[in-house]
Parts: sequence; C-alpha cells; structure tokens
Amino acid sequence: MKKIYKYVLLDIIQNKIVLIYTFLLLVISFSVFTLESNSAKGLLSLLNIILIIVPLICIIFSTIYIYNSSEFIELLVGQPVKRKSIWLSLFGGLASSLSLAFFVGVGIPILLYHADSTGIMMIAMGLFLTVIFVSIAMFAAGIIRDKAKGIGLSILLWLYFSLIFDAMVLFLLFQFQDYPLERVMVFFSFLNPIDLGRIQILLQMDISALMGYTGAIFREFFGNSLGIMISFAGLFVWVLFPLLLSLKKFKKKDL
Amino acid sequence: MIVAKNITKSFSRLKALDEMSVTFSKGECIALLGPNGCGKTTLIKTILGMVVPDSGTIEFDHEPIAGQWLYRNRIGYMPQIGRYPENMTIANVFEMMKDIRKGSCKQLDEDLMESFELKALMHKKMHTLSGGTRQKVSACLSFLFNPDVLILDEPTAGLDPVSSEKLKEKIIMQKEKGKLILITSHVLSELDDLVTEVFYMQDGKRVFSKKILELKEETGEERLSKAVAKMMVLSNEQKHDKSYTF
Repeated sequence: MKKIYKYVLLDIIQNKIVLIYTFLLLVISFSVFTLESNSAKGLLSLLNIILIIVPLICIIFSTIYIYNSSEFIELLVGQPVKRKSIWLSLFGGLASSLSLAFFVGVGIPILLYHADSTGIMMIAMGLFLTVIFVSIAMFAAGIIRDKAKGIGLSILLWLYFSLIFDAMVLFLLFQFQDYPLERVMVFFSFLNPIDLGRIQILLQMDISALMGYTGAIFREFFGNSLGIMISFAGLFVWVLFPLLLSLKKFKKKDL
Repeated sequence: MIVAKNITKSFSRLKALDEMSVTFSKGECIALLGPNGCGKTTLIKTILGMVVPDSGTIEFDHEPIAGQWLYRNRIGYMPQIGRYPENMTIANVFEMMKDIRKGSCKQLDEDLMESFELKALMHKKMHTLSGGTRQKVSACLSFLFNPDVLILDEPTAGLDPVSSEKLKEKIIMQKEKGKLILITSHVLSELDDLVTEVFYMQDGKRVFSKKILELKEETGEERLSKAVAKMMVLSNEQKHDKSYTF
C-alpha cells in the first residue's frame, strides 16, 4: 500500500498541474487580500473561489488522472497487490497532493492575513471539499469505462452540486412558501457538501443575520459545537460514501 | 496446480467463457489454442484475477483465488499488449516492479534482459518504445522473479526472429526446471518443440485437450499445425455425424 502510494504521489508531483494549481491559488489569495483594505472582505471574496473553483479543479483533475492511470492500474492488477490498495493509493495520492496544494495556496495566505476562527473554518472547509470532490471523481471514474463519458459525468456532478442543487432548493422554497420549510432546509443542506461548507463559513462570519428566519434556524442548529460536529460528520460521510461505492465497483472490475 | 471449475464469464451478450473447467499441473507446458475471440485471453485473465468470473471457482495450489493476491507472487504474466505508464522509463518500470515484488524471490533472473540487450535502452521512456521493444520489456518482467507459473499471451508476436528464438530458448529452459507454462499463440510452427500439451477451445468451450504425443499419434502427423488442423476436421465431422443421426 505504502509503495504504491509513493509511486502515485511521485507521478502526480512530476505532472506539474498540481504545482500550477498551487501557484494559481496563491496568486488569487494574495491579490484578494492585498486589493481589499479590510481582510474580512478579502475572506468573503475568497469564499466564492473556494466554493466554485476548488471543487471544479479537484473533480476534473482527479477524473482525468484516474483515466490516465489505466495502464498503471492494469500493470499492477496482475501483480501480487491487493486491488483495494491500488484504488486507495490512487485516492490517497490525489487527495493528499491536492490538499497540500490548497493548504499552501489558500491556507497560508489566510493564516497570514486573517488567522481567526473564520479563517480556520474556511481552511477546514476547503480541505474537506478537496477530499470530497476527489472521492466523487473516483466514483465517476469507477462506474464509467469510457473516458469522455466519465469526464462528462464529473462535470455534470460538479454542475449539480454548485448550481443545479441550489436552483432546485430555491424552486421548492418558492413552490411551498406557505409552509414552514426552515427545518427541512437544514436537512437539505446535508445533501450537498458545498452548501454545508458555505453555511459553516457564513455562520462563522456573523452575517447569518442577513439570511432572515432561515439564518436563525441555521444558527440554532449549526451554531453550537454539537452542530459543527454533526456537519463535520456529514462531510465525512460525503468523503467515504462515493469512495467506498467506487471501491466496491473496482474490486469487481474487469481489466 | 491451477484448477478451474465451471467458470462462466459474459461480456454483455457475448459469452467469453462457458462453463469452462480446466486443470493445469506442474511441469506441463500447455499451448492454449483457438480462433480469435474464443476466450483464451479471458481464461488467462481470470486465472490472474484481472477478470472476475460470473460464476465458478479457480484454485491455485488448492486455495481459491477469489479476493486473494499473494498467489500472484508465483506467477509471471506476459500480456498480449503490454501497457505501461507512459512517462516512466524502462528503468523506472523495472525498479517499481522489483520494489512491489520485493521478497517474492531471492534470485532475480536477468538473463533475458542481457540477451535482449535492454540495458542500453534503460533510460528511454515507455511511450517512445516500439512494439517489439515493449514485448521485450514484458517478457523480461514476466521471467524476472523466477515464478513457478509462467503465463505468456502471444509471447512472440511482434518480436524479430532472433529475439523470438532467444525467448523460445528461455521458455524451454524454464520448462526443464519443471515450471508450469501456459502459452497462447497463433503461430503453431513456433510451438512445435515447446509444448507438451494442447488445449483447444472455441466459443468459450473446450474442444479437446491432449498430450502432444497422443495428438501426433492419433492424427499421424509430425507437425503440430497439421495435427491440430486434422483434429479440427475430425471433431467437426463428429459434430456433423451427431446432427445427422439426430
């Protein structure tokens, strides 16, 4: 397991895309913090980047990387190696390198400019989203054989989590606006890791007051340490569920 | 050594293996023959665990292989089309394999590497290699760890005559050491002095499997290619006879 992980990591580092991604994040975060006079405002601009760009790059890069490792996988499956360790090494390599990229590119600037609980929550959510979207990429690449279709599916999944899901929730809200849906909204937010991350960061920012009654309910549920723990547990499920599903599929895959 | 019982594998509608049962034992050198798409490679891949059969069991040394991986320490596999990580050099690939199979054997067998003169190409990236050189890399890797079982899928396809002769010599040497060797090939004339048994399959089913001496005796032919051809005619006639009586 360790050996394969080492080779995956070595390959990703040679790949340079992760380095470019790190550099891009660094440029964005520093420019955001230096352009805004108030670092809290900078953090807010950074929020949107984290919630949109990080999942997109993680899911696309990981999906393409897994398809491009098909030769590597094929070579190893015929060797005395557990299939599980091949798949988990791929996941580990992708997740750790992209997380490191995020930590260097966004985490360090935040710690330099705005190292309070909001900043730390933002780093934690960014790391979570990185790992979750690598896991979703493993799922997409695991269930579909064809590369073009697989990449298409991961783009669709990203679109779903960052746009379509919110649109659907909004639609439901307007359709049933006569009913009290605030508590249902708490449940809905667990169905989308990006929403979960966004709520946690916004609550830390103390601007939930702008969200009206729903914001108050969110504050009541997520605001205390128990709520934070539950939402972290929800994020953990989002990491494990797609990964385990793809692992189950990979164990039976014909190569 | 390898026992497969009633394995069936279908790819969507196509039945690649149909209730196939085989037994391969130590010291045999078996030629897997059959027309294109008859399931030879699928059979090999199920033994390696690369393809998971829909039903049936495979045992390696009396241990079922489903979900196992350690038995592969004792197998050297040369694929029909060797696919390797493109941006690795030959040296990288060898180092990685040695690292992964560390402890699976004490004495590395680098004879082929020398006789193929691969040492001079070690720094070349895999994607720059010709098909034949790739085959050589695959061959070297399969023999490198002195495995008890050698599975060679079209070993001489794409090799120049000199290299394929070298490979044949190597296979004969391994056979004399009492290893189990499985070869698929379309070039029957090449197998003449190699194999001890012929396993002929069609549409995922066994047509016949015979010791080569028996086969030559029964058909009265000296050359393997002719003997197999005659055998095919015979078994086709039997089939027709049956259908007539029916």
